[in-house]
Amino acid sequence: MKNIHVSTTVNGDELEFVCAPGETLLDSLRDRLGLKGAKEGCGTGDCGACTVEMNGEIVCSCLVLGAEAEGADLRTVEGMATGDKLHALQRIFIDEAALQCGICTPGILVAAQTLLERNPDPSESEIRYWLAGNLCRCTGYDKIVRAVQSAAAEMRGA
Amino acid sequence: MVAVTLWGALRDQADGQEVVEVEASNFKELLDALEASHPGLKPQIERGVSVAIDGRVYRNSWFTEIRPDSEVVLMPYMKGG
Amino acid sequence: MNFPAKTKRDFKVVGTRVARPDGVDKVTGRALYGADFSVPGMLVGRILRSPHAHARIRNIDASRAEALAGVKAVVTAADFGVPEDAALRDIQDNCMAREKALYHGHAVAAVAAKDAETAKAALKLIEVDYEVLPHVTDVDAAMAADAPVVQEGRADETVPEGSGPNVTMYTEFGHGDLEAGFAKADLVLERSFKTEATHQGYIEPHACLATLTGGRGELWCTTQGQYLVRELCAGILGMEASQLRVTASEIGGGFGGKTTVFIEPVALALSRKSGRPVKIVMTRSEIFCATGPTISSSMDVKIGITRDGRITAGEATLRYQGGAFPCETVSMGAQAAFAAYDLEAVRTYGWNALTNRPKEAAYRAPGAPVSIYAVESVVDELCQEFGLDPLEIRLRNAARDGTKASYGPTFDQIGLVATLEAAKAHPHYTAPLGENQGRGLSCGFWFNFGGNTCVSLNLNNDGTVGITEGNPDIGGSRASISMMAAEELGIPYDKVRTVITDTNSLGHNDVTDGSRVTFAVGLATIEAARAAIKVMCARVAKIWGIDEEAVVWEDGHAKPSGPNAGDFDPMSIEEIAAIASETGGPIAGHHEVNAEGAGVSFGVHLADVEVDPETGATKVVRYTVFQDAGKAVHPDYVEGQMQGGSVQGIGWALNEEYIYDEDGRLQNAGFLDYRIPVASDLPMIEPVILEIPNPGHPYGVRGVGETSIVPPLAALSNAVSRAAGIRLHELPMSPPKILKAMMSKG
Repeated sequence: MKNIHVSTTVNGDELEFVCAPGETLLDSLRDRLGLKGAKEGCGTGDCGACTVEMNGEIVCSCLVLGAEAEGADLRTVEGMATGDKLHALQRIFIDEAALQCGICTPGILVAAQTLLERNPDPSESEIRYWLAGNLCRCTGYDKIVRAVQSAAAEMRGA
Repeated sequence: MVAVTLWGALRDQADGQEVVEVEASNFKELLDALEASHPGLKPQIERGVSVAIDGRVYRNSWFTEIRPDSEVVLMPYMKGG
Repeated sequence: MNFPAKTKRDFKVVGTRVARPDGVDKVTGRALYGADFSVPGMLVGRILRSPHAHARIRNIDASRAEALAGVKAVVTAADFGVPEDAALRDIQDNCMAREKALYHGHAVAAVAAKDAETAKAALKLIEVDYEVLPHVTDVDAAMAADAPVVQEGRADETVPEGSGPNVTMYTEFGHGDLEAGFAKADLVLERSFKTEATHQGYIEPHACLATLTGGRGELWCTTQGQYLVRELCAGILGMEASQLRVTASEIGGGFGGKTTVFIEPVALALSRKSGRPVKIVMTRSEIFCATGPTISSSMDVKIGITRDGRITAGEATLRYQGGAFPCETVSMGAQAAFAAYDLEAVRTYGWNALTNRPKEAAYRAPGAPVSIYAVESVVDELCQEFGLDPLEIRLRNAARDGTKASYGPTFDQIGLVATLEAAKAHPHYTAPLGENQGRGLSCGFWFNFGGNTCVSLNLNNDGTVGITEGNPDIGGSRASISMMAAEELGIPYDKVRTVITDTNSLGHNDVTDGSRVTFAVGLATIEAARAAIKVMCARVAKIWGIDEEAVVWEDGHAKPSGPNAGDFDPMSIEEIAAIASETGGPIAGHHEVNAEGAGVSFGVHLADVEVDPETGATKVVRYTVFQDAGKAVHPDYVEGQMQGGSVQGIGWALNEEYIYDEDGRLQNAGFLDYRIPVASDLPMIEPVILEIPNPGHPYGVRGVGETSIVPPLAALSNAVSRAAGIRLHELPMSPPKILKAMMSKG
């Protein structure tokens, strides 16, 4: 089958790529657009390392086809910082050591960003359930949950 | 002479002795002396052994000093994760 | 100048919580992991794996695959030699089956093709003629005299005659008169335990990119040790080390599982045959079927205790299986089992048996979690029998300085009692519990290692410092290394940058394992800094025209040692660097060492759980970790090790297991069915760091990476026992097992 031409918006930039009909959005982002921030940890939607935001919803990009990105508005970890200025979540993840190996970090940051845009003051339990689809094997989640709480407080101006 | 404590499974290879005495002033001399006096220990020594000298575990530093009054315990060569 | 051993000192950088140097790359998605690197002309490699648990490979016909358009190479075991060294041969045979497929998922052939689709299609065209053989996956079944034989002739000289055909080793540790010890007890309990294999569960798949043309190789891969990868691959492919350069990518978790090779020799062989770079990335299902897991076990433990709580004797028999190749992990389990206790009579016996399962790979404190689980469960049950406080009983019987360890040597400067005292004093220990809740306690232990290490430290012309080291940074170690260099040099942390280099740029470094990096690389870094300080002091002595011995180094400056040395203004590191060219050339320090004296590590965990009487599901509601770090260089990352290891142990205790069907096929080779803990399963994990300096390190550092996975298994089992009134003797304690036990109790 022929490749498909896709026009989409990624982190505010209008971009085009071609992809195979069966190709995942994750592979399109990584291999066609060179955005390697989203990672493949399982390929079955169980680990969340490939999390990106698509039309305001967080998705496992390994479960979405590249072709489905036609006309979509995508946000990835590469779009979180503004120029040289890190997003509060990114900065606080570093300051509070919320990552060890860092492989799950892009997915968790994207998911957490969407959470805080919807709910500026989530409880610990809300954070834990929101991030339940993002596996981290290094940290035990403690410092991740605390970093999201700290970022939420800072973003609220508390 | 240095008294070397063997772990249980090695005793069958050393005529049933728990403690063997050898002439050695460092780790390497200890291994050589053990092989010479108890050839049955050779396969394990070749697979790898550590030695605890006065409570500290050394994995393979030949020239680690052993004093005559040191407590010397042979241990399997170990690896972590 | 001289460097006195100082373990108690006022630290300026060490002990602070600075930002890690690789942080920005990792939060912006720029950090390059194993699968993130590509080169022009690259092929995609894929591996064909055995659908059978045990089968003789009668023939492999790859002609149809080779004929498929876009396929550039196919390799099988026939493309490799047969290494003489047994350990290397086993590693190679695990990468590519020779003669027999030994477990479900064992690699039998590999393809390199122009793209993934073609490679996948080619795998389907490879015809393997299997003769399916009887198989065994359970450790007890594998020990039996009439068990299917996994491999012939693998028993070493320690195995007694008359043992089953799969037994590969026997070991025994301990001292004292067991019979007399048990005779002194008021109660002797004997219990049998079983634990299932678990996987390290790193989120990043194994991935590599290999080029091997004209006899020269370049390999990029995710690994805990690029030097070991070079050694193994060069051995397997018959190359000299100088001809293969290995660069470690950023590593997305390892926990011991990335201390060997699986796909790297295969990718190199495919590249050699095709003449093109070849990239292989494992799928998650391949990772579960053919990498990792830890051992599974069957154990018997017998412990005697007096009515007032003195343990009189302890005995444990451990049977481990580590897959289809000989595995010595049981010897570490047998040494660690009773390490927390001061016993007059103790004996552990260890057996290893081959099974039709993947080759065991190290997993955090290999061997120790399960044997200590069994011992700590029986100690807890004895406490329950006599109504004794489990923490007091641990204190009463704890190993301390001068105790003859259950594995032989006499302990020197260990922190177990201090750790137990800290747990006793913590509010968690006496906090009230709710309905269906229970509190469990367990001690844990790990040896910790040092090992071969090279560090090179270079002074830049502006007085900043570059450090080159060879151990992949798996949890923030670049920060700790920079901190120790800054501390020793007396300069700010942000003046130091540490990078991890390839195999051509430094001498041999052992793998990032055994909790060794902060200890051993830190030690080498401090020594490298001292070497550079000596050079700087010598240069300044020449400028001032005084003796080298009359110059001291303080706070980033060379200073006269006292009034007699002369009256000179201190020279800063920046000033010294700026004129290095004029005073003799570039300034550097380096250190190469086989670091010994790592110092053992103890931990104590407190766990509160709530067991749902309707479902048997266990929820951890409070968790506190007490551990001796010697000196916490970067407390955040020490805490991170304590928290992360605890949660891996919690997963091991409650949910994680390898499930095989009757055909020996792995049934849960994915994160959906092999369930590691997720954020909503857990409470905060409170870390309490103790600092009892390790005399073997200039700053007193002890490794902290492994001990934390050890105590959760028994801590949770003991907590469940107190919450639900039932004691399981197997792991994991998944909800159906707990519910069944609760229902049969009535």
